[in-house]
Amino acid sequence: MPLFELSDIHFGYPHRPPILAGADMVLDAGERVCVTGHNGAGKSTLLRIMVGLLRPTGGTVAAFGQSRREEADFHDVRRRAGLVFQDPDDQLFCPTVAEDIAFGPLNLGASRASAIEIVDSVLTRLDLMHLRDRVTHRLSGGEKRLVTLATVLAMEPDVLLLDEPTNALDEENEARLVEVLDALPQAMVIVSHDPHFRRRLGTRSLRLKEGILTQPAPPKCRNASVP
Amino acid sequence: MSGIPTITGTALPSNAPGHQTGWLAQLDPRARILCAVGFAVTVVTCDSFGTLVAAVAIALALLVASRLPPRQTLRRMVAMDSFILFMLILLPFTVPGEPILTIWGISASWEGLAQATRIALKANAVILALMALVGTMEPVVLGHALHSLRVPAGLVHLLMFTVRYIEVLRQEYMRLRLAMKARGFRPSTCWHTYRSVGYLLGMMLVRSVERSERIMDAMKCRGFTGHIPLMKRFCLSQNDIVFAALFSLLIVTLLVGEALHAAV
Repeated sequence: MPLFELSDIHFGYPHRPPILAGADMVLDAGERVCVTGHNGAGKSTLLRIMVGLLRPTGGTVAAFGQSRREEADFHDVRRRAGLVFQDPDDQLFCPTVAEDIAFGPLNLGASRASAIEIVDSVLTRLDLMHLRDRVTHRLSGGEKRLVTLATVLAMEPDVLLLDEPTNALDEENEARLVEVLDALPQAMVIVSHDPHFRRRLGTRSLRLKEGILTQPAPPKCRNASVP
Repeated sequence: MSGIPTITGTALPSNAPGHQTGWLAQLDPRARILCAVGFAVTVVTCDSFGTLVAAVAIALALLVASRLPPRQTLRRMVAMDSFILFMLILLPFTVPGEPILTIWGISASWEGLAQATRIALKANAVILALMALVGTMEPVVLGHALHSLRVPAGLVHLLMFTVRYIEVLRQEYMRLRLAMKARGFRPSTCWHTYRSVGYLLGMMLVRSVERSERIMDAMKCRGFTGHIPLMKRFCLSQNDIVFAALFSLLIVTLLVGEALHAAV
């Protein structure tokens, strides 16, 4: 059973030409699918449709073995598929790092004590304990990125949806992020412009063009690696 | 209680506004807020000069204890005074009573002067105490403290979101402003300037609305249901209780002094 199955997705923003026109995608456990495409091709839109923040005008979204239509169907999807936003400032809104990470678990009904336990275990796993009581808006860009990942991992998702995770990261922080992501067992959908990053993590690639997801042509040079 | 250490106890960057190391800053924020409010209410109700001068003295003592840089702090106080300056100047001329002097046929009265002095003393005592007791707090700590003092959650969240995003908005503003400068924009008194600044403000507004929608989405992704849990818990130490008790005693002394003066 695939984790996600999008078929024939259509979507358009008001007063603009349709952005998705029959996109299909299947995500299986253990896969790390990279999605590429030019600016405004609809990559972020696709991720938002997957967790129900946007509703497609046509086509079906199935997640974790069930068809999802209504807002209520997606509550469960949002817990099991963690979306990491492009801009960390959109995601980190609590005053301190610990509170931000605890926000998700507390919403899922965890008690204070167990939320604190989750905060500590996630931060320890990502080696970020030193940021625990920092004020979120005073973190550096790299720290913010890793903390947004921690806030999502705290909900123990089965799938990670990453929207341009290397945006505005320097080489050192990017290497750190690759290392962290590579060690995670979750299936992932990675939207990224960075070929190096895709090559390090992806198991396969899809290209979003003219509203449709296609398998890119195999590389012409036989020494080039696939994703 | 919880294993969450206090925010003031951790290493914050030293450029943080109001990050102080004086003993006053070590006290429980709730105790400091309550003392400041108690002091303010008391001072506002007092009327005799003796009591008010004593209140200003107490506020100055707090200022010294808070280890705020005195010059900067007093300058901020003067900035506040400039708001009430006009009222203070006009008051002697508008309150009827025994005249001191007459300018253009309008006479100033002793009673008015006394009232203006009283208001100035009260305002400065309150603002000084507030800066020393509450102004030294990290804004986030203030939010947590207000929350645990049962201030309505909506107001606390408003404060928290403001604290969180004001810097983001400021940076956005600076970026746009810089981009304008890079294309040779120099503000002057002309329609082009007004229109450009209008565009800038409009763009900020649009971006803020869009950002707020993205934040809402991010919150929904993490199961937001309309309630934001705040995790921080404070606990009162003996020092806090001693300080609160002594400060209450001081407030009562002020009130007694006022009552004795009124009886005379």
